Amino acid sequence: MQRRTFMKGTLAASGVAVAVSAGLLSPRSVLAAWPKTAFTAKSVPDALSGLGVSTTTASGDIKIKAPDIAENGAVVPVTVTTSISGATSISILAEKNGSPLAANFNLKGSAQGFVATRIKMQKTSAVIAVVKAGGKAYSARKEVKVTIGGCGG
Amino acid sequence: MAKKSIRLRASNKGGVATVKALITHPMETGLRKDKKTGNKVPAHFIQTVSGKHNGNEVIVAEWSGAVSKNPYLSFQFAGAKAGDAVELTWSDNKGDSETASTKVR
Repeated sequence: MQRRTFMKGTLAASGVAVAVSAGLLSPRSVLAAWPKTAFTAKSVPDALSGLGVSTTTASGDIKIKAPDIAENGAVVPVTVTTSISGATSISILAEKNGSPLAANFNLKGSAQGFVATRIKMQKTSAVIAVVKAGGKAYSARKEVKVTIGGCGG
Repeated sequence: MAKKSIRLRASNKGGVATVKALITHPMETGLRKDKKTGNKVPAHFIQTVSGKHNGNEVIVAEWSGAVSKNPYLSFQFAGAKAGDAVELTWSDNKGDSETASTKVR
């Protein structure tokens, strides 16, 4: 009887160790700063509220450079430039993705209002750029037509 | 993680540096299915990327799985001179991370 309980204990403990080494349990410190609610939100307003943005003002000072037609939705190059002074963050969202928020860039110190990356898009929709500056949020959008979706397989 | 997953360069034009980086990473969303087994491929993507100029953080990017495989990132900062140090660090949802550094040209 005693031997049986001892075996159970060791088996349970080794199971946890295997789960950790296989990466099933993510270290908490990594996830701490990452805004999970914003990234898992299913709609644009929910994603923005996860970032602490309630309303956005359309602005002509944000330029989105993205293709009009993206042949491959898995790789859509997006460049966002803004001349708004004191911009503290630039977020890139794909309106009709399952989780719209693709990337959020926090600008610090001498950073300029410029970021470029490549995102995945599920289907034809708008790419939305949101710029935070001086406690306000500004946005701009651009339609991108996607011929082959880039989420799922 | 394979070493040297980051290709990094920084160029200087009138005191404004443009940093360009290419990172080798699968960027799995966790939604894609393996065609043979029908099981979902577990999520594996970069969550944060930080860029430093002479040790001062200028950009912190937070990414989801919606950033393309083998991500490309470019950003700019002011006050750059040739020879300034530029450092880029990424970390993913499995706790892997890597840092690369270069000098402004």
